[in-house]
Amino acid sequence: MDTLLQQFFQQLINGISLGSIYALIALGYTMIYGIIKLINFAHGDIYMIGAYFGFFATTQLGLGFIPAIILSMAGAAIVGIIIERVAYRPMRNAPRIAILITAIGVSFFLEYSMILLVSPQPRTFPAVFTPTVYHFGPLVANSQQLVILISALILMVALSYIVNSTKAGKAMRAVSFDADAARLMGINIDRVISMTFALGSALAAAGGVLVGVYYNSIDPLMGMMPGLKAFVAAVLGGIGIIPGAMMGGIILGVVEAMVSGFLSSTFRDAAAFGILILILLYKPAGLLGKNVREKV
Amino acid sequence: MLRVEDINVYYGAIHAIKGISLDVPDGEIVALIGSNGAGKSTTLRTISGLMRPKTGRIMYDGEDITGVPAHKIVGKGLCQVPEGRHVFANMTVMENLELGAYLRSDKDGIAKDMEAVFEKFPRLLERKDQISGTLSGGEQQMLAMARALMSRPKLLLLDEPSMGLAPLLVKEIFNIIKEINAGGTTVLLVEQNANMALSIADKAYVLETGRITLSGTAAELASSEEVRKAYLGG
Ligand SMILES: Nc1ncnc2c1ncn2[C@@H]1O[C@H](COP(=O)(O)OP(=O)(O)OP(=O)(O)O)[C@@H](O)[C@H]1O
Ligand SMILES: [Mg+2]
Repeated sequence: MDTLLQQFFQQLINGISLGSIYALIALGYTMIYGIIKLINFAHGDIYMIGAYFGFFATTQLGLGFIPAIILSMAGAAIVGIIIERVAYRPMRNAPRIAILITAIGVSFFLEYSMILLVSPQPRTFPAVFTPTVYHFGPLVANSQQLVILISALILMVALSYIVNSTKAGKAMRAVSFDADAARLMGINIDRVISMTFALGSALAAAGGVLVGVYYNSIDPLMGMMPGLKAFVAAVLGGIGIIPGAMMGGIILGVVEAMVSGFLSSTFRDAAAFGILILILLYKPAGLLGKNVREKV
Repeated sequence: MLRVEDINVYYGAIHAIKGISLDVPDGEIVALIGSNGAGKSTTLRTISGLMRPKTGRIMYDGEDITGVPAHKIVGKGLCQVPEGRHVFANMTVMENLELGAYLRSDKDGIAKDMEAVFEKFPRLLERKDQISGTLSGGEQQMLAMARALMSRPKLLLLDEPSMGLAPLLVKEIFNIIKEINAGGTTVLLVEQNANMALSIADKAYVLETGRITLSGTAAELASSEEVRKAYLGG
């Protein structure tokens, strides 16, 4: 009994750290959806690109963790802005399905460009932290997990501040609620959309660097599965709703950790997509969403 | 102040505005009346830059603003209160007003205008921290107008401000429009409530299926046989 409880809490710690990474990616999904109603299927690849930016910043430039993650976020923000400009903006008034297909195309483009540029071989992410194991009573957490938790927390607090309390954040909320009314206030919606892509991409990049730190291995296709999982997390919390993405990410991470810990890690992905099916069946607007029907 | 010159506006293949010209002199209230689907909102949307005319020109304050994007037009002092209010229902009254002043950075001026707006709409002051989606229809109309005033417009476009409001409230809104105009703001007022619109306007145009069919001073139109039959209920 005691060991069962202990295992439960242990998996909770593992789940929350994994979940905060899902949450960081899910935030970008949800913000971009909120503002242009696009499921940006290339978002997982931004996370991958972020991981590579972090990798080169540490290995080539010899930067420490904090400057590397900042550089990676800035780089990914620029990539995000360029993708929106080049691929999505010309499609702004196209039918939704066309934009969705464009997003899938962008995803492949990023994946295979990276294979070409950096080779398909997985790279070993350097250990930027001396791996220390902390004991909290019977539970253990390693330094990577703590770094993930703290970084994710700081980023989420910063994002909440930007969205809720700054003029730019207010403009973002206005555009996502009613774009034409926002234009009548003098808001340049193109600029707000660029900013949203920048913020969302930066968060995904942070997730990528953190995963590099956690699993020590990155490769050009690493964004596919976490991208899908983060999409599930965003839908779970209610797509377009920022706190929903945070919550959805954490819940998904914890469920996966519990399934791996108590059943078998082979069921992990099945659990994630099982959640997607359940939520679509019973609460399609997500946990925090209002139930209004919307066609996609 | 505003001169619309022979504009043609389309929705895809639908020819919604068929060669309209309007003149809105500085300091006046000009009414644009017409029944459902006549093209009143389309005209205002085109003036505001939300749509582009295929042909024709829009002159504002001596400047050609045809094709200038909407967010830049607001900065020139031309602001629209759209049909159906379009307040940001997920934000508080205060946040809506702050968004109205989005392009301004003069903190003191904004604070002063905020006070002035609350004086004009005391009901909004009582509800300043309320989520605006929970306001009544009349309060939302007031908020939409107050929000527009926060941009310090020289020309205010109002699209059916009386829509869905009780007669007493319509009166209140029209009094406020007169007040705003007396304060130096030129007004282009779109209305289906022709009676009320003509009672406060200096000048009016009648729009029918994308064309101006009548125009003149408000008094002329109010006594015109055609207008009385079609819009004033006899
Ligand atoms: N988004 C749109 N797509 C296609 N046609 C449109 C669109 N919006 C308006 N129309 C058409 O353009 C014409 C003018 O519409 P508009 O909304 O300007 O009329 P209105 O005079 O404002 O009417 P109301 O008094 O009902 O508000 C109508 O025939 C309408 O069907
Ligand atoms: Mg209309």
